[in-house]
Amino acid sequence: MTRPTPETLAHTARRARAATEPAGDVDSTAARGAATPAVPAVRTPAPAQVSGAGSLVRSLEALGVDVVFGIPGGAILPAYDPLYDSTVRHILVRHEQGAGHAATGYAQATGKVGVCIATSGPGATNLVTPIADAYMDSVAMVAITGQVARPSIGTDAFQEADIQGITLPITKHNFLVQTPEEIPRVLAEAFHLASTGRPGPVLVDIPKDVLQASTTFAWPPTLDLPGYRPTLHPHGKQIREAARLMAGARRPVLYVGGGVLKAGATEGLRRLAELTGIPVVTTLMALGAFPDSHPQHLGMPGMHGTVAAVYGLQKADLIVALGARFDDRVTGKLDSFAPDATVVHADIDPAEIGKNRHADVPIVGDAQHVIDELIAAVTVERSAGHGGDLGDWWTQLDDLRNRYPLGYDEPADGTLSPQYVIKRLGEIAGPDAIYVAGVGQHQMWASQFISYEKPHTWLNSGGLGTMGYAVPAAMGAKVGRPDTVVWAVDGDGCFQMTNQELATCALEGIPVKIAVINNGNLGMVRQWQTLFYNERYSNTDLGTHKHRIPDFVKLAEALGCVGLRCENADDVDKTIAAAMEINDAPVVIDFVVGKDAMVWPMVAAGTSNDEIMFARGVRPAFDEDDI
Amino acid sequence: MTMHTLSVLVENKPGVLARVSGLFSRRGFNIDSLAVGETENPDVSRITIVVNAESSPLEQVTKQLNKLVNVLKIVELDPQVSVARELLLVKVRADRSARTQVLETVNLFRARVVDVAPDTLTIEATGTPDKLDALLRDLEPFGIKEMVQSGLVAIGRGSRSITAGPALRAA
Repeated sequence: MTRPTPETLAHTARRARAATEPAGDVDSTAARGAATPAVPAVRTPAPAQVSGAGSLVRSLEALGVDVVFGIPGGAILPAYDPLYDSTVRHILVRHEQGAGHAATGYAQATGKVGVCIATSGPGATNLVTPIADAYMDSVAMVAITGQVARPSIGTDAFQEADIQGITLPITKHNFLVQTPEEIPRVLAEAFHLASTGRPGPVLVDIPKDVLQASTTFAWPPTLDLPGYRPTLHPHGKQIREAARLMAGARRPVLYVGGGVLKAGATEGLRRLAELTGIPVVTTLMALGAFPDSHPQHLGMPGMHGTVAAVYGLQKADLIVALGARFDDRVTGKLDSFAPDATVVHADIDPAEIGKNRHADVPIVGDAQHVIDELIAAVTVERSAGHGGDLGDWWTQLDDLRNRYPLGYDEPADGTLSPQYVIKRLGEIAGPDAIYVAGVGQHQMWASQFISYEKPHTWLNSGGLGTMGYAVPAAMGAKVGRPDTVVWAVDGDGCFQMTNQELATCALEGIPVKIAVINNGNLGMVRQWQTLFYNERYSNTDLGTHKHRIPDFVKLAEALGCVGLRCENADDVDKTIAAAMEINDAPVVIDFVVGKDAMVWPMVAAGTSNDEIMFARGVRPAFDEDDI
Repeated sequence: MTMHTLSVLVENKPGVLARVSGLFSRRGFNIDSLAVGETENPDVSRITIVVNAESSPLEQVTKQLNKLVNVLKIVELDPQVSVARELLLVKVRADRSARTQVLETVNLFRARVVDVAPDTLTIEATGTPDKLDALLRDLEPFGIKEMVQSGLVAIGRGSRSITAGPALRAA
């Protein structure tokens, strides 16, 4: 086999530096990752004369950054010189979008801040999509961009783009650095903003002459953020009111969102759920926050959620929302969502509370504090003899779960079933693996048919719905957690948007595994054409079946990966097993699946959750008197 | 829909106005009037925004404003307990035959003439938006050649004051 190995292709200079470390690139990253804390390291080196670029790189080191993803270019070039000698590992990606999503994948898999670097102009604008993606999914990311020199700003200089202006609506905050002296403070502020409160992307734009100028580096800097005071601790009165409602409710549901994962509150969530016996639904962003196998778990709510989860919320008399935002994909038509429910809404972002659905009991706070205090308050209620009997509620929900489990039909045309492939992948790779999805049918099937038992094992682009997210995000996740098996579940459409990062993976020794669920089409769009556009398939056939262009196996090999193909059910297990055996190179499996499979259940966009369809033409038989 | 006057204290830094005004347009709000200036603390600017909106979407936009890192404090000023003023400069056609009548109107509204030309007078007036509307109505028949109006500035009545508070001093 001619595929390159990390050993033969790794950068010579890096080899030399890594020689003193115990293992290769990936392992040495792990060693550094373990040694450096997630919070800014408190170190006080003596003030030193450096360039602005030197100050930038030393700030990153002081902040405990072990890896950055990026591409150099004219304006950012000064920063790449001190980076060459730094302990910070730079991973040279093939497109800035890849750097951005890799930073996101890294952040979501590790809980640390993900960092990406790009040059001015097109480098910076190529980061726009991943920044918007991180903003929608509240991911702690810092993007560092070069800018043209200060005297050239505003002159339409070569590779000038007002990236601060462009990213105003899609960042938690952004900076245009004015002087080299402020670099350490701005970097420290950027990391603080990105990782605290409701996490989000922060962009730091640095003009080239600021990077080149001479300055003094001193650490730690003093943060100057007088307008930034996130509320972490909830109000005691609101917590007691929520606990009182939870004790008195007959049909309560815990509606769990991504905030619970970000707050590291999954253990507390489990205790709260078990203490109260209340059913749990976890949103697309929260899969893994509560074990899928737990008997109290009803599944995912929303457009492609389980019947039990959708009806559970719809018929609830009390919804306790924890770190969730009543997104339109969850609520369906808003004014018919959960008409009888009293709403307790806990979120760290006050602007989310009451944004879409009125909150009867608003609670502003970090999910971990909220859950801990709810446990204490509920315990008081229970010891006072309060606590509803949820027997009838569970009888109804169990009946729904039994009658309408997640499932699928084998394709009538004898083609390979995509759901079967994804289900087997989850069973073979197991609950310790990280699964990263693109956007579309394969993403929904991966959310439905893989069992998530642990936090941070499911990464996807939930809010923005960014096709092309999977490959670079999987790369970032694997860099952050090199000892964990990382599977990207991608579609043939998504895969063609960002697969070039597999070259990065092959060269940098990042052995991700990619399952391309290749149905030859933009599957989700095709599903909507089937259902809502009279089966007029306008521009959804990608030709990956008809013409086998591109040939994903050849493409994988060209990118330095192992390419495998699987076209029938009998080969699924052994192909996955073969991929699991390969740990020294990225692997791509081209699963050639049928094009007509659809994602069910489904609440059509803009309709009420009451209109959920269990399968095409099948509405759940639902005795209104029961509920 | 009702008029709301928001007094927004922000850090005096480049680009803050763009963040604030951008947020309004992005969330679908039309700003009726806007005035920015320094405060008693040179590190703090005060933006007075008048916006025509329902209360509940306004609460949402206020919450979003509060999330801007450079925003220190937001207060909605109740018209009952605050003083609000706009400044108006207006150039009115006033030849010999009309001049006396124009000057009468100017005096009636306690406005001032700040520039005189053979056929025009330029008038300066401050007051509530209602008063300035009334003045303009009265001047209209003479012929308004040009006018310019400031945004509304407003301040609460009584001895209490809106300041950035301890947060800024601590920093």
